[in-house]
Amino acid sequence: MKPGHGEVLLAEGDPHVREDEERLIEEFRRQLDEGMWAAVPVRNPGSGRREAQMVKEYADIPPDSERVIFFPRASGG
Amino acid sequence: MLLALLALALIVMVLAAPLALRRAAEWRARRPARRSNGGELDLELYDPGRERRAEQRARELLRSCVNAEEWGMYRDLGFIRVAGRHARREIDRDRGLRPAYAYLVYPHKPIVAYVPESGQLLSEYCVEFPDLTGNGGRHRLPASDDVLAKWMALTSDEDRVIRRANMHLVGRQLDPARVRRDLWRLAEWERRRGNQQQVPQSQR
Repeated sequence: MKPGHGEVLLAEGDPHVREDEERLIEEFRRQLDEGMWAAVPVRNPGSGRREAQMVKEYADIPPDSERVIFFPRASGG
Repeated sequence: MLLALLALALIVMVLAAPLALRRAAEWRARRPARRSNGGELDLELYDPGRERRAEQRARELLRSCVNAEEWGMYRDLGFIRVAGRHARREIDRDRGLRPAYAYLVYPHKPIVAYVPESGQLLSEYCVEFPDLTGNGGRHRLPASDDVLAKWMALTSDEDRVIRRANMHLVGRQLDPARVRRDLWRLAEWERRRGNQQQVPQSQR
């Protein structure tokens, strides 16, 4: 999510393909270095409700995730 | 005499022509360079449809992330309710789908904490997601992206976002009467939705 623009596609690829994965990891790190938060929409296995899961490392991304959403970190308004 | 002056002017024009042409070529070559060096013509043109398109994309993204009930709530009422994760007392842990407290998430307005059972308003949490791209914070997220960011922050790491927010009593930015009216609208919306869901079941 980019202020003033909304949703912007940063990178896409198949994490099982080595070159794609390297590109995804690089973009993931770049976003976190810029101070963004990363979250993955998931379904809670207990309640079945949708929720988000914060990820701080590329390895934390659930394997069946379709996307990671980066958004500016929260601050007091 | 006049003929002599005309002839002289013609000779001067012919002699000066190469010089004038060279100057014109230099000016033409300099013109695009000056434009790309950030002059006043380099200002980003205002696109009146950009924000509308951004909001349209943001709504689609929000819809694809939240539950059907939450999406319907946002579409119909303009806010989303998110259940609080914590329980202060042991009795609260057994509430299941009825949390001890919940939040109302509005776009570009503080998050409001309240008690669903009594409707008591607890506090408002002022939180924003500022532009980190170094553009001087001129832009903000589209309204639906702001709601999604709050929803993701609350459902993934409630403590962190609440710690970062500025907490105030309800009434600092939001009108308590309006929030109570929104709670009433939410109750009515849930009642109507419950009725609609019961009708197909009773027709079976």
